[in-house]
Amino acid sequence: MRPFIYERPTDVSAAVAIASRFTTEDDHPTRANAQFIAGGTNLADYMKLGVAAPNRLLDLNRLEEPALRQIRVTDDGVRFGALVRMGEAADHGEVKRRYPVIADSLRLAASGQIRNMASLAGNMLQRTRCEYFREPSWACNKRVPGSGCAAMEGFNRQHAVLGASDACIATYHGDFAQALIALDAVIRAEGSRGAREIPFARLHRLPRDTPHIETDLAADEIITAIEVPALPWARRSRYLKIRDRESYAFALASAAVALDLDGDSVREARIALGGLATVPWRAGEAEAALQGKKLDEASAGAAADAAFAGAEPRQHNAFKVELGKRTLVRALLETRDMKV
Amino acid sequence: MSRISAPSTTGLSRRSFMTATVSAAAAAPLLSSPTRAEKPAATRSGLRETVAVSLRINKQPYELSLDARTSLLDALRDHVGLTGTKKGCDHGQCGACTVLVDGKRVLSCLSFAVMNDGKEVTTVEGLASSDGKLHPMQQAFIDHDAFQCGYCTPGQIMSAIGCVNEGHANSEDDIREYMSGNICRCAAYPNIVAAVVQARDQARGT
Repeated sequence: MRPFIYERPTDVSAAVAIASRFTTEDDHPTRANAQFIAGGTNLADYMKLGVAAPNRLLDLNRLEEPALRQIRVTDDGVRFGALVRMGEAADHGEVKRRYPVIADSLRLAASGQIRNMASLAGNMLQRTRCEYFREPSWACNKRVPGSGCAAMEGFNRQHAVLGASDACIATYHGDFAQALIALDAVIRAEGSRGAREIPFARLHRLPRDTPHIETDLAADEIITAIEVPALPWARRSRYLKIRDRESYAFALASAAVALDLDGDSVREARIALGGLATVPWRAGEAEAALQGKKLDEASAGAAADAAFAGAEPRQHNAFKVELGKRTLVRALLETRDMKV
Repeated sequence: MSRISAPSTTGLSRRSFMTATVSAAAAAPLLSSPTRAEKPAATRSGLRETVAVSLRINKQPYELSLDARTSLLDALRDHVGLTGTKKGCDHGQCGACTVLVDGKRVLSCLSFAVMNDGKEVTTVEGLASSDGKLHPMQQAFIDHDAFQCGYCTPGQIMSAIGCVNEGHANSEDDIREYMSGNICRCAAYPNIVAAVVQARDQARGT
């Protein structure tokens, strides 16, 4: 592991000031010399592997602003401080009651230990576990721009069928992000150019020909909060996650679903898909296909077909198209049948 | 490199003898290296300086001087000499390194020791009472034969204590789900679940 200087700023503006002194406007957060650490479950791992190599680590855990550690649920929505741990949010009574899809997505992610460590903001920003990205001896455009992509002709069973490019097919593995994108969450961030709001749907960038640029954040920007607007009918929502083993594994396919029903028919549907795409993936075509329809196996199947109309399977991951469709159909029908 | 300010709390045993031997062997090359000793820290870049880390481990204070890259796991094993916490994968995939930090179960391999400055760490060595009576979770693992090779066991026990304290051991399904971060290659899982149930019931007084 590359040596690093460890610093422990005590408020957000101090952390931004240090980061801004040691980064430039052209730096991307995952490649900058100065990087933030909170839970460390992703970054420490990648520093050990030589995939991440900051020479200055800014520990955010001693930031004193209380709001960074608070969950506030009101009739306007829910606001999660960025340093809230996954496990706390998953166990929060009002989150479970009002936004089951959020609580489920966190509960079904990682392990008990990791959920105690990982911050919500860090979880959203987690980097791909593509085997070819993790191991520095392989060609990887995300790790070393322009070096190629070993996954294209490699063992790409875990890889994305949606949102890929000729440069990168690495899957975004997060679960929480699927609930956030489905519920139109907004991120608050502070950097040297001030504070701003970013719609969650615009936080992550498609790989296109620059897969090393993963988010819209500047290297000196810190996420301070995640806000989910009020959505009373989100009580009818769930997260279905399909894996190789029943627990503690990344999704092969997952679906975040929230439904506003009028009897049998769909007033509005919110759908996101995990484990299948290069970024958090809102399935707008599937939502549109369901609007005003009676929700049954046939209409759910048609929505799933719409969600995967643009899918691009590779040699080893073609099964994910059918698996993804079946996962979405099951999630839709189970959400329909929830007692709320 | 590390300075240990508290004695080992274990009695005279094969384990404490081995621990002492390992610690001495690890420290010797550093102490005997003249090139390192002659370079004053102040002239080095900050990247090469050690960081001071205060930890309370099993209720004993420790003042350590560490490379910032040192994981909490390596600090415990190689600098403090508490080798009960095991290194399995060293990448957060197996749970063998689980300890409690401020009462919460975490993976010591994915946490830099310096990030835990000022915190209270509990390892498997800190569970038994001073008279040698085992923690109910340790006793339950023995009662239910909840291990074969034993390598994952300290992590299983620390994780199980965390799991019960969090209130996530209400059913056997819950225990399986919330203990899924601890892998047992011998597959003693049914016995581990039974052990957690026993210790949970004991903690509840039922």
